[in-house]
Amino acid sequence: MSLFGFSLNRRRPKTAQTARDRLQLLLAHERGQGSGTPDYLPQLQNDLIAVIRKYIDVADDEVDIRMERDDDVSSLEINIDLPSAEEKAEKPAKKR
Amino acid sequence: MTTQLKDEAPLGRIVVITSGKGGVGKTTSAAAISAGLAQQGYKTVVIDFDVGLRNLDMIMGCERRVVFDFINVIQGDARLKQALIKDKRLDTLFILPTSQTRDKDALTQEGVEAVLNELKEEFDYIICDSPAGIERGAQLAMYFADEAVVVTNPEVSSVRDSDRVLGLLSSKTQRAEKGDSDPVKARVLLTRHDQGRIDRGEMMTVDDVLEILAVPLLGIIPESQAVLRASNVGTPVILDEPSSAQTAYKDAVSRLLGDDIEMRIESERKPGLFQRLFGRSA
Ligand SMILES: Nc1ncnc2c1ncn2[C@@H]1O[C@H](COP(=O)(O)OP(=O)(O)OP(=O)(O)O)[C@@H](O)[C@H]1O
Ligand SMILES: [Mg+2]
Repeated sequence: MSLFGFSLNRRRPKTAQTARDRLQLLLAHERGQGSGTPDYLPQLQNDLIAVIRKYIDVADDEVDIRMERDDDVSSLEINIDLPSAEEKAEKPAKKR
Repeated sequence: MTTQLKDEAPLGRIVVITSGKGGVGKTTSAAAISAGLAQQGYKTVVIDFDVGLRNLDMIMGCERRVVFDFINVIQGDARLKQALIKDKRLDTLFILPTSQTRDKDALTQEGVEAVLNELKEEFDYIICDSPAGIERGAQLAMYFADEAVVVTNPEVSSVRDSDRVLGLLSSKTQRAEKGDSDPVKARVLLTRHDQGRIDRGEMMTVDDVLEILAVPLLGIIPESQAVLRASNVGTPVILDEPSSAQTAYKDAVSRLLGDDIEMRIESERKPGLFQRLFGRSA
């Protein structure tokens, strides 16, 4: 704010606001979870592989789990490389 | 900004960014250097060794994409491929985040070695962002290094700690213990350099620091407002808007790659009133 109704800084994008937003989002997750990474993910992965193996013959490294956190939703993306046809089954599942 | 593709076997070179003293600019430098190498077309991964105080992810701007981490990989809970985060700006750049909940005891020498060996198969440069101090975490970050960037501020305690770290690099690393290989190639990166304060006699000069530490200089990074800006938005300063720090980091990356370029002292010149009124020259 300035007495003369203009400020030299006004032309600049406010990166401090970006910093604040990023931190709020990250810390909300870290505090809620006790960590940024839900601890069940490794186990979830093992269970998924076990279930998938009942039907399809996949190796450990053909199952890939990714997560992306956003303001309102977090998404968990599970990619499975199917052996023979070399096609990818993509099953994004919403979490919370 | 060309990204050339390389067909040859990866270089597999391990570079530790270390300092002893905390808060001197290791993470800022690790982010900038790894992005700079990736920009030059080298497949690069940057690893956060600061277990329990994860920060590299924020500086790189990938904090929302962390699922598995370095510790998960060491303990066999996840595969390396799953923990590596691919940078959204450069397809040659990857980040291996650390755990925010565990402590340094979760790192084992065998575990670190196994991960580094796997990374060497695929990457040209493996940049290790060391925690502060000279304890276990810092020692493991440097143990397998081929090269070291010793981040130093022109200030007494930082220079003293750098000297201590240089001692560890020449005694407590695999290269030192083996004896038959070349020692770790260590160079100083002088950061938060403030020419104004040097001119006023308030800060040690580059020559003062180099004379004391007696190792070659990798670069001089000026104190720059661009560093805070870049960290706010989660972009390594070398990929952010042009700045004195960006130019200086680019020069340092070139020297790391073996180019012999003249040492120049960038400084952040705030335009004076005269320049603001009559436009900038130079
Ligand atoms: N060239 C620079 N100009 C201005 N500020 C800088 C510069 N380099 C680093 N900083 C600031 O110094 C602080 C510490 O930087 P950074 O986190 O990179 O240090 P570090 O050595 O990794 O710290 P730690 O020992 O805690 O891991 C940050 O606030 C960063 O923005
Ligand atoms: Mg750090």
